[in-house]
Amino acid sequence: MNLIAQIEAEQIAALGKTIPDFKAGDTIRVGYKVTEGTRSRVQNYEGVCISRRGGSTLAASFTVRKISFGEGVERMFPLYSTNIDSIEVVRRGRVRRAKLYYLRSRRGKSARIAEDSTYKALDAAKS
Amino acid sequence: MRSGVIAKKLGMTRLFLEDGKQIPVTVLQLDNLQVVAQRTADKDGYTAVQLGAGTAKAKRTTAAMRGHFAKANVEPKRKIAEFRVTPDCLIGVGEEITADHYFQGQYVDVAGTSIGKGFAGAMKRHNFGGLRASHGVSISHRSHGSTGQCQDPGKVFKGKKMAGHLGAVRVTTQNLQVMRTDSDRGLIMVKGAVPGSRGGWVTVKDAVKKPVPANVILPAALRSAAEAARKAAEEAAAAAAAEEAARAEALAAEQAAAEEAALEAAQAEISADAETPADGGEKNEG
Repeated sequence: MNLIAQIEAEQIAALGKTIPDFKAGDTIRVGYKVTEGTRSRVQNYEGVCISRRGGSTLAASFTVRKISFGEGVERMFPLYSTNIDSIEVVRRGRVRRAKLYYLRSRRGKSARIAEDSTYKALDAAKS
Repeated sequence: MRSGVIAKKLGMTRLFLEDGKQIPVTVLQLDNLQVVAQRTADKDGYTAVQLGAGTAKAKRTTAAMRGHFAKANVEPKRKIAEFRVTPDCLIGVGEEITADHYFQGQYVDVAGTSIGKGFAGAMKRHNFGGLRASHGVSISHRSHGSTGQCQDPGKVFKGKKMAGHLGAVRVTTQNLQVMRTDSDRGLIMVKGAVPGSRGGWVTVKDAVKKPVPANVILPAALRSAAEAARKAAEEAAAAAAAEEAARAEALAAEQAAAEEAALEAAQAEISADAETPADGGEKNEG
């Protein structure tokens, strides 16, 4: 392992975050810390994860898409951001793509994702 | 003015801070950074230290350089650079500089050789706008435009920005902030980008456009000084431990003595108690 990878691994360990197992197609709820003036609170953002990139490296990120007041909204979060309070998987989706960018051109019925009823949790040792 | 350091650019990463900020940082490594020679005012007319970094194979070092390194009694170095210093900041030959040379939050200037881009057009090299996409422009959309006037002056002025070789020159990036240092592994993390490619050599100096901070280590953060400090700390700790032990022993002895005294007193009291009723009895009888 080169020194940069080692430094990143150390930082991931130091951040001590537990990232749930989720992938594109899953509906997730992200608790994001928002600071207004001096006080900070946690804001929930719930939607479909349409892409994950960077694997489990320090630079990894994921995109969450939702329809807000009839308008499609996409938000990208760094996976290891200290602003992320929690990530919760609400629903497992069954999809055949790693990136669900096709959802951008779809609305309503055609933008649905079937639920994955055969989901098996990863082994604790593996994850 | 103290010496700078030679560092190797390892690459870039990011730091996630507690307040949610992400900081892009370049990781620089000090690799066997030692003083190879000194330049003194009476011998050379100026004062400077010559530093060497990295390790080179002795077999692939020229005989002249081998002699130079042998004189300093250091291993052959891969990269050598000179840093001008004031006479009071001269460092002894063979001393090793550690990453504690810089502290968190300090500003530094980093110089290195930028990545070569080869022969580049005017748009890439000088940020020219190029020509229009349509309106009669043919096959010269990325060219520069006119390069001057007509018969008067009848030449292209010297220094006209045109296409040519881009990159692979010495570039200095000023006022980069040191985010973190790690003296065990010899790492310095500076905020932002640094000229050159991964694995390239750069020189790091205190920022010239900021006042010199009061808490910089003069003449430099040396391995020998750190070792001496560590040894002194260990000795002090050992002395403190010994003192503590001695005090504990004294305390224990004192306690034992006190206990003994108490025991004796108690015994004396008991014997006195045993005697007193006898005395009282006698008195009563009397």
